[in-house]
Amino acid sequence: MALQSLDITARSATTTPSPGVRETQKVAKLIDVSKCIGCKACQVACMEWNDLRDEIGTNHGVYDNPLDLTDKSWTVMRFSEVEVEQGKLEWLIRKDGCMHCADPGCLKACPAPGAIVQYSNGIVDFHEENCIGCGYCITGCPFNIPRISKKDSKAYKCTLCSDRVSVGMEPACVKTCPTGALVFGSKEDMIQHAEERIVDLKSRGYKNAGLYDPPGVGGTHVMYVLQHADQPQIYNDLPKDPQISLLVELWKGVLKPIMSLGLGLAALTGFLHYVTVGPKETEDD
Amino acid sequence: MNENDLIERYHPADRANHWLTAITFILLALSGLALFHPAFFFLSHLFGGGPWMRILHPFIGIVMAVSFYFLAHRFFADNLMTAADWQWVRQIRDVITNHDERLPEVGRFNAGQKLLFWVMIATMLLLLLSGIVIWQPWFAPWFSIGLNRMAVVIHSVSAFGLMLGIIVHIYAAYWVRGTIRGMTRGVVPRAWAKHHHPGWYREVNKGAK
Repeated sequence: MALQSLDITARSATTTPSPGVRETQKVAKLIDVSKCIGCKACQVACMEWNDLRDEIGTNHGVYDNPLDLTDKSWTVMRFSEVEVEQGKLEWLIRKDGCMHCADPGCLKACPAPGAIVQYSNGIVDFHEENCIGCGYCITGCPFNIPRISKKDSKAYKCTLCSDRVSVGMEPACVKTCPTGALVFGSKEDMIQHAEERIVDLKSRGYKNAGLYDPPGVGGTHVMYVLQHADQPQIYNDLPKDPQISLLVELWKGVLKPIMSLGLGLAALTGFLHYVTVGPKETEDD
Repeated sequence: MNENDLIERYHPADRANHWLTAITFILLALSGLALFHPAFFFLSHLFGGGPWMRILHPFIGIVMAVSFYFLAHRFFADNLMTAADWQWVRQIRDVITNHDERLPEVGRFNAGQKLLFWVMIATMLLLLLSGIVIWQPWFAPWFSIGLNRMAVVIHSVSAFGLMLGIIVHIYAAYWVRGTIRGMTRGVVPRAWAKHHHPGWYREVNKGAK
């Protein structure tokens, strides 16, 4: 879903430039895990703004609810109890959802023109009306984010409230966060804000505090401040060095153009053979 | 015995089986290309748009796999490679330049046809298995994302191999004059059989006596 149309940087399965005369500022959402209390107000705000009601699930004996992202739950809090050092238990709560990669694997893998777009502000958005339900975006995503609806076979994920951002508002989750763990602004400002937070965390003993803005996917427009940035995997398997899978790069980066060309050349070779060498005829024909 | 007399090369059941496989292959190739490269996405309109194409492609694939299973069964015994066939492969230059008189005797199928048969067996099997893994929305969620990634690569590479093979197959059928009638009407002239498949022609004559 989107209201914007003149500021598209990239469009899935499209080989010509997309409408992009309007330049917008790069934005980012910063999630400060050290300030998060796990209240799930962001989850509520997300379903409220996007007008989505997931099915009422069951209690699995953990705080995570729902247990995973779904086509209707575009963000979930993931709770991990980690003994970071001997005798020092920490409750690490990570708000999971689309990271809005600068180099989005979903967009690279998508075969449907215009089903996935990236705006010049960095938001990666799904346009479900163009989605064909093939699931390639799931294959392409290094963070396991897109979910296909059982109801309509379309892929859904966090939009970073592209509709709100396009009219100058912050995402609904940020608006509602009671502790200031979520902040939103230009990517530049968010990096600066994160630096200040990291200085503070370091002064309080978190010597490995740092910013999660993984370069393997060109950086992300959703970033984390982590108390233990040296081991992101303890935050419920946040990947340490996420990248678009080599298989996906091979498939969409190498095989796609080469094999398409190969088929054309094979047909052309046949034609040239016929007009130069000629047919095989039996003597009496 | 007139040189232009017609002899039966393929039974009606062979032909029906071949063409069911061929038609499903064409449909799969067109929709598969549309899913593979944006330059071909317009082909999705032939199937009623992107979502319908995505829905239909795997079902057509199952029809092709079943149809090809029977076809492979029919032609299996005639497609085993012999020493003469490997000699034929080594003389591929003579094949391409139409110096048929220099080639070793060919039976019911030549080495090119036989190799295509084996390429088809291998690629069809890979396409079927990898296709099930990436089949949305039914089976893909059962498999890990890593396996899905491997399957899309295997699926596209084997589809490429199969399409390349079929391009050669279609061209060869046109190139070797008189071949297409063999598969559409089931008959070929005696002269054609004697020239292109002398080993098979002797067998047929032996049976006729």
